[in-house]
Parts: sequence; C-alpha cells; structure tokens
Amino acid sequence: MADEPQVIEKPESHEIIARGYTFATVTDQISAVVLSKRTPLLWIAGVGVGFALLNLLLLSATLLFAKGVGIWGIRTPVMWGFAITNFVWWIGIGHAGTLISAILLLLNQKWRNSINRFAEAMTLFAVACAGLFPILHMGRPWLAYWLFPYPNSMMVEPNFRSPLVWDVFAVSTYATVSALFWFVGLIPDLGTLRDRAKSTFAKFTYGMLAMGWRNSSRHWSIYETATLLLAGISTPLVLSVHTVVSFDFTIAIVPGWHSTFFPPYFVAGAIYSGFAMVLALAIPLRSAYGLQGLITDRHLDNSAKVMLATGMIVAYAYIMEVFMAWYSGSVYEQQAFWNRMTGPYAAQYWFLVTCNIVSPNFLWFKKFRNSPVLLFISSIIVLIGMWLERYMIIVSSLAQDYVPSSWSLFHATRWDWATYWGTIGFFLFLFFLFVRVLPMISIFEVRTLLPQAKVGEEVKG
Amino acid sequence: MKTGVYGVMAEFDNPSALVSAARAATEQGYKKLDTYTPFPIEELHDILHLHRNKLPLIVLCGGLLGGLTGYLMQYFVTVIYFPINIGGRPLHSWPSYIIITFELTILFACISAVLGMLALCGLPMPYHPVFNVPRFHAASRDRFFLCIESTDPQFDLEKTSGFLESLEAKEVSEVAR
Repeated sequence: MADEPQVIEKPESHEIIARGYTFATVTDQISAVVLSKRTPLLWIAGVGVGFALLNLLLLSATLLFAKGVGIWGIRTPVMWGFAITNFVWWIGIGHAGTLISAILLLLNQKWRNSINRFAEAMTLFAVACAGLFPILHMGRPWLAYWLFPYPNSMMVEPNFRSPLVWDVFAVSTYATVSALFWFVGLIPDLGTLRDRAKSTFAKFTYGMLAMGWRNSSRHWSIYETATLLLAGISTPLVLSVHTVVSFDFTIAIVPGWHSTFFPPYFVAGAIYSGFAMVLALAIPLRSAYGLQGLITDRHLDNSAKVMLATGMIVAYAYIMEVFMAWYSGSVYEQQAFWNRMTGPYAAQYWFLVTCNIVSPNFLWFKKFRNSPVLLFISSIIVLIGMWLERYMIIVSSLAQDYVPSSWSLFHATRWDWATYWGTIGFFLFLFFLFVRVLPMISIFEVRTLLPQAKVGEEVKG
Repeated sequence: MKTGVYGVMAEFDNPSALVSAARAATEQGYKKLDTYTPFPIEELHDILHLHRNKLPLIVLCGGLLGGLTGYLMQYFVTVIYFPINIGGRPLHSWPSYIIITFELTILFACISAVLGMLALCGLPMPYHPVFNVPRFHAASRDRFFLCIESTDPQFDLEKTSGFLESLEAKEVSEVAR
C-alpha cells in the first residue's frame, strides 16, 4: 500500500483522457452523439457520399449479374485482377480493429478503451466489403453456397486441400467472431442508452438489444471472463486470417507468390493498413463531434507508432522478397522481381515503395505524430500504398509468369473502378450509420479509466 | 421469509463507499446481495466471491467440439464420402486439415463463450424487479447500488433498511416485485 499511490500520482505528460471528466460527463458526452437530434455537417456529408457510392456498387453489381465478369478487365492470364486485390485490401484493414480489441486488451493497454469500439465496427464493415469480392468474382455468384460443405444431390463436396476453401472458413469465422465480440462489447452500453433514451422507440429498441442488462456485479464478473476469453480466442484468429489469405498465393507456384514469408508479411501489412484506416476515421470524427478529450493526441501518437513499427516490418519484407528472389537462384523468381521493378508495372512498384517504405519514416518525428492533419494525410498515403502492394503482388505476378508467350497485361475497366469505389461507399455508409445509432466509444470502458474509478485505500483498513 | 418486496436497495455516489458498504453487509452476515455499478469493480468480485465461474469450462468444451467437428468433417468427406485423388496425396492428408480444424475450434469456442455468458447471466431478461427503483437508471451512469434481497435468511424490511441507512447511503428504497 505504501508504494502504490506514488505510482498513480506520478504526473503523465500525455494522458489517455483529458482531466476533469466524471462518470456522468463521459456518459453524457458519448451517448449524446447518438441520442441528440442534431447531426454535424460531416455526418451528413459522409453518409451522403457513402450512399451515392453505395448506389454505384449496386449499379455495377447489377450489371455484373446481368453480363458476367467480362465487364471487368480480367482476361487470361490475369484472372484475379481488382477483385482479389480489393478483397485482400479490405480484409487487411479489418485487422487493426481486432488487434485493438483483442491483443491490446490482453496486453492491458488501457489507451485502447476509447478507440476499440469504432475500430471493431470498422473491422466488421471492412470484412463485409471484403466478403463481397470473391462472391462477385465467382461468375455465378448465386451459387456461392457451393463453397460450404453440405449434403447435396450432386454428391460433390469442396476440396479441403485447397487454400481457397480454407479462406472461406477463415473469413466466415472471422466475420462471425468479430460480430459477436463487437456485440458483447456493446451490451452494457446499450443498457446505458436504454436508460438515457427519451423516445419510447429508442428505449424499446436499445432495451431489447441490451437484453435486460442491469449492471449487476454478478453479471460483470461473468462478462469480464467472457471478454477475456473472447480476446484470447480472437488473438490467434486475427493472426491466422491474413495468414490463410496469404496461403491463397503461397500455395500456388506462380513466381512472386510462392514463398514462405508471406504469412508474417501479410499480417504486418494488414495491421499497417488497418491502423492507417483507424487514423483516417478517428481524426475527422473526433473533431466533428468534439471528442478530443476522449480520443486524445496520445491515441493518435500510439496508433502512429504501431503504423511505423508495422511499416518497418513491411519494408523489411519488401527487401527480403527481392533478396530471396535473387538468392533462390531461380530464374523465374528473379525475372518476376526484375519485371516488377523495371517492367510495365514499374511505375506502380516504385510508387508503392514511396508510399509504404519512404512515407512512414516521417512518423519517427514527434512533431509529425502530434499533427492530426499530417497524420491524416500520411494514413491516406499508406492506404493507397497498401492497395497498390496487393495490386502489384496479384497483377504483376500473373501477367508475367513462366512462359513469355502467355504474358499479357491487365487493364482495369470503368466497372472495376466502380465496384471498388462502390465498396468504399458501402463502408462509409455503414460506418456513418453506426456512428449515428450506436455509441462509437465504449462508455463503460472509458469510465474505468477515470481516476474516480479507483476504489479508495481507506476501505481496506 | 415471504414478503411483497424483492429487497432493499441503497444508493451510493462513489465506488469506494459502495465497496465498504458491501463489505459491511457481508460482515453483518448477509448472503443474498448484489451490487450494481456502471463499470466492473474488482474489489466487489472479492467481496461477493465472484472470481470463479463455469464459463472457461463451457468455452473449452465448445472449442474441443469445434475442433473435432472440423477434423472429422474433413476426414469423412475426403476419405469416405467423396474421395478424390489430388496430386497423388493420401486421402487422409491431415496437414491440409489443420486450417479448417483451427477455424472451427475458434468459431465454436467463440459462440459458446457468448451463449455461455448469456446463459450464466440469465439473459435475456427484459424485466427485473430492480428496474422498479425510480433512480436505478443511474446505475448505468454514475451511481452505485447495493441491493439486499428478501430471500436472505436475515432479511427484515425494517432492520435491513435501517442497516443500509447506517452505511451513509444517499438514498434507501424498497424494491417492489
């Protein structure tokens, strides 16, 4: 007892949440975003752009259903094109949410408490966007259920030795687990909204969703066990999902794909782009809703550091990729990388190196990390860079493989772009809806961060 | 004792006061009590002996079931129901079963964690007597409540209310059924 309080009273230069908050003000500020009738201009603009682009997605999907995948630029040999690029990009973005909610929980990183909710929502919506692409890419999307093993009159079953089937299980498990984890996290806050809502409809809806949560200590103890277990379960899951996605490539023998370091390389890249998306969402949101006291500069700084660390791992992977191609002694591998660097996709390659390896180095400087505007710009650059990375891996490897006579370049059509931008709209639309109807910051977890939440020492006497 | 009330509830405005009140109540010999707080408080778990529950066991069983389901499903399909020769590999090619076995372990464990939590908490339960206390909605904002239930052998409406009032509660109220 003698040395404990000294540690707590040590002044911190960067606090996780601003001073002066009480249980009541935290609750009121976060729930007001949902319960008030006023919406900031950014929300209306965001949901408007999202809805417009969502309609573009519906239009391009309808055309795709009517005419087939030929409306996209996929031609032999580049049959994966944009669809799988976008799939890998979106799945990767989702990873930051699970990392924040699961791994940082297990590591007892308290700062995660005010960003985990919307990061998990981001995961969910990113996975929804990702899941669309393999289905749309199938040619006959209405037969998507054939991917699952079920007793059928055709007497055929999926080939469980194929990484594409592994992917189905990995992604659907990931989507389910993320949704459940997110919902469990929401239950106490839904109870708060039920207790604070004024309109009968809101009271009823939040009440039904909260399932009668009454903040009982008996419930809290079980709830905490459940959260820890879910975090423990999600941790290997999040690391495995992008690993399995990378198996789609590594198990094939295409030069530029067939290598053993893809799993860690993909996972690092996923977290890299995910944290970029967290920053790209958090920075405008916190200023639109005046939440700088809860999502502080410390959060941005920490996220930027994670971005820097994973960006350096990605840079290392790029260097190793080239080194292994040279060291392997395989002319095909060497040719694949030589083509990437000097061939028809050289411009994209060097642009992605600039985005992913050069640009994160600015994050070494504290001044840069302390400027939300610069961080926002750098996160957008990283998102572009990571998209290009997947494009490069997929398109350049498929375009120029073993036999030069079968080489052919990929040219994206307007419907490739329309589908891609359409999913960005889908994502924005879902995200802004979420911000409007559910608390974007975990209220009860922020309460635990307040100094008042500490039970005083005198009661132990 | 059969009474018309669910219990007596006391309201506190800070976690330390609630923790000392809960400790006093257990020292007084009350067994059927519960506390309601806007966030989990570790000390209350100590006082109410809430550190152990069956959830880890449920999740373990769920995970094992999922793993078995994943492996046996693949074994059944690739060896018995729909055997196909892929690159001359043996039909029982276990290394390629690992991923799906793993994924289904995670999936089943997760679903059993969520359903197990709800079952152990007795949720969904849209109605509960504690909601009858007019100020109880503050339990999800900034107030801390202690409820001694009428099923407690020591429960006596007058005495228990008096006892709770002696604990410097902000307000003591009966909880209607």
